[in-house]
Amino acid sequence: MDYSSSNLFVQMGEWLSDPENWSGSRGIPMRIAEHLGYVGLTMLLALAIAVPLGLYVGHTGKGRVLIVSGVGILRALPTLGMVFLFALLFSRGVLPAVWALVLLAVPPVLSGIYAGVSSVNRTVVDAARSMGLTEWQILTRVELPNGLQVMLGGVRAGVLQVVATATVVAYAKADGLGVFLVEGTQINDNGRLFGGAVVIAAVAIAVDGVMALLQRFAISPGLRTTRPVARSQQESGRQEAVASAQGGTT
Amino acid sequence: MTSTEQASTTRPMIEFRDVTKTYDGGQPAVDSLTMDIERGKITVFVGPSGCGKTTSLRMINRMVEPTSGRILLDGQDVAEQKAAELRRSMGYVMQSSGLMPHRTVLDNIATVPRLNGVARSTARARAKELLDVVGLAPELGRRYPGQLSGGQQQRVGVARALAADPPVLLMDEPFSAVDPVVRAELQSELIRLQRDLAKTIVFVTHDIDEATILGDRVAVFAVGGRLAQFADPEEILRAPVDDFVAGFVGRDRGFRHLSFQEGEDVTIHPIETIETGRLADPSVTVNSPWTLLVDAEGRPHGWVPEATRESVTSQADAVPGGSLYTRGDSLRRALDASLSSPSGLGVTVDDDGRVVGVVRAAEVFELIEAGRLDRGRANYNTAV
Repeated sequence: MDYSSSNLFVQMGEWLSDPENWSGSRGIPMRIAEHLGYVGLTMLLALAIAVPLGLYVGHTGKGRVLIVSGVGILRALPTLGMVFLFALLFSRGVLPAVWALVLLAVPPVLSGIYAGVSSVNRTVVDAARSMGLTEWQILTRVELPNGLQVMLGGVRAGVLQVVATATVVAYAKADGLGVFLVEGTQINDNGRLFGGAVVIAAVAIAVDGVMALLQRFAISPGLRTTRPVARSQQESGRQEAVASAQGGTT
Repeated sequence: MTSTEQASTTRPMIEFRDVTKTYDGGQPAVDSLTMDIERGKITVFVGPSGCGKTTSLRMINRMVEPTSGRILLDGQDVAEQKAAELRRSMGYVMQSSGLMPHRTVLDNIATVPRLNGVARSTARARAKELLDVVGLAPELGRRYPGQLSGGQQQRVGVARALAADPPVLLMDEPFSAVDPVVRAELQSELIRLQRDLAKTIVFVTHDIDEATILGDRVAVFAVGGRLAQFADPEEILRAPVDDFVAGFVGRDRGFRHLSFQEGEDVTIHPIETIETGRLADPSVTVNSPWTLLVDAEGRPHGWVPEATRESVTSQADAVPGGSLYTRGDSLRRALDASLSSPSGLGVTVDDDGRVVGVVRAAEVFELIEAGRLDRGRANYNTAV
């Protein structure tokens, strides 16, 4: 593409405003759709792994050490390296990239779910058990709704990381928003490279906004009311847990 | 069958049979406990920290499993019943209300009925009634627990425990986290409720005062999970079985025991009063060393000393009064009212809080002495 200036920002603006880049199977909307498709697939797989595991460990307290060290190891893995490793070991196509992204998404989701269950006031759980709720009822009716704030925080952090990192799919198959980055680098098209980066950032912000809304509406009003009455100790303890969980997952 | 019917009405609601609980390798938390808990009565477990009172309570609904021994509920071994079902058959109130923060007050109260399969609307309607029973306004039902005060939360906790109308209530230091004024209020409410409901209540506390106020029977636990004494509160205060119980019941037990002596006979003397509205008028003089300040309805608002009459022109200048003695209340209240009053005269009021006169400490003492003589004679007669 020919630009009217050598200035990076002018080139970026021209690339972004070119109607040709906004249509067809190689256009920005299509790429966004592909990108979000991979994000969705990755999150489905990551949630399927992390949610049951996190709930089990959080509720029973069994395997806590395993989770903490496992999450640490997973976090240390370089995603792009995993894409190539999986591609070499197993198959070509997008699946190695998706699994590499799953490895990226599992740690924040897992620690978020686990921290969510742990953040629920033990007194409330004890009271629920004393009243005759079964363990399953305690998990689904007490720990899940009360830990949801922290849990969704973990999921949100995971989604954000996957949105930003799903560009690696482009290395395996010419799909998703990563294509603009790969092409931009290869053909030395800075407008495309930086324009693509801006689109990714915008998508990430939009997705995060949707998640924030979801988080807001999914939480019981009882958990976000401002307290006119003096806060109990358990309350401030819960908020510390929230803070640490969110700090640990972003 | 008549025999079993009889058995089920006369046998104790809860029976501990040689129950011991030992945590890994340590001293027993509860040491071969055997006791019967009567139907329809408040039984209080009281003792210092680490005496096993809460452990004993939590073994009743299997929140703690005994190491050995059996606990029978209505004649049936609790170990043979499903834990969740067993727990639903008893109300449970704990120290911090333990309400679910994500549910409204009404839904919190409706928890156990909902678990038992009662329709949501029915359960909520019942929850509304219970709000009234525990003395809470109906509009509080839509609030969340975080929006209530500590005392209100405890009331909701009691309502929740009553929701499924269980015959047994387990209460684990339910009033220890609220301030003394609210605690006294909750205690008298519980007594009022129990008069109507006649539940079998097991109540844990570390406060001997609370134990003697609430308990029909009081079980004093000693450190190491030993049941030191199990008797009527009056007897615990009057005749502790050993040094431990005497020490636990405390220095004030002589004074506390007065709670069980009726103050019907105490003489009420008239007292000169002055109305708050007339204070500002300097021409209104007082003629006795201490004149009681009352409002238009006759409720007391402190004292006006004769010596400083001129400087008292409004209610704020009056000398604050002591505790009030409601006519007919125990000798303890009468004595406290006179001792706490700056004038030495215990202000006595009727049920509506209007002044009816004053009582004197010396005369209360005379009554106490007279009571002691009577009891001495009675003991002598039964001994003979």
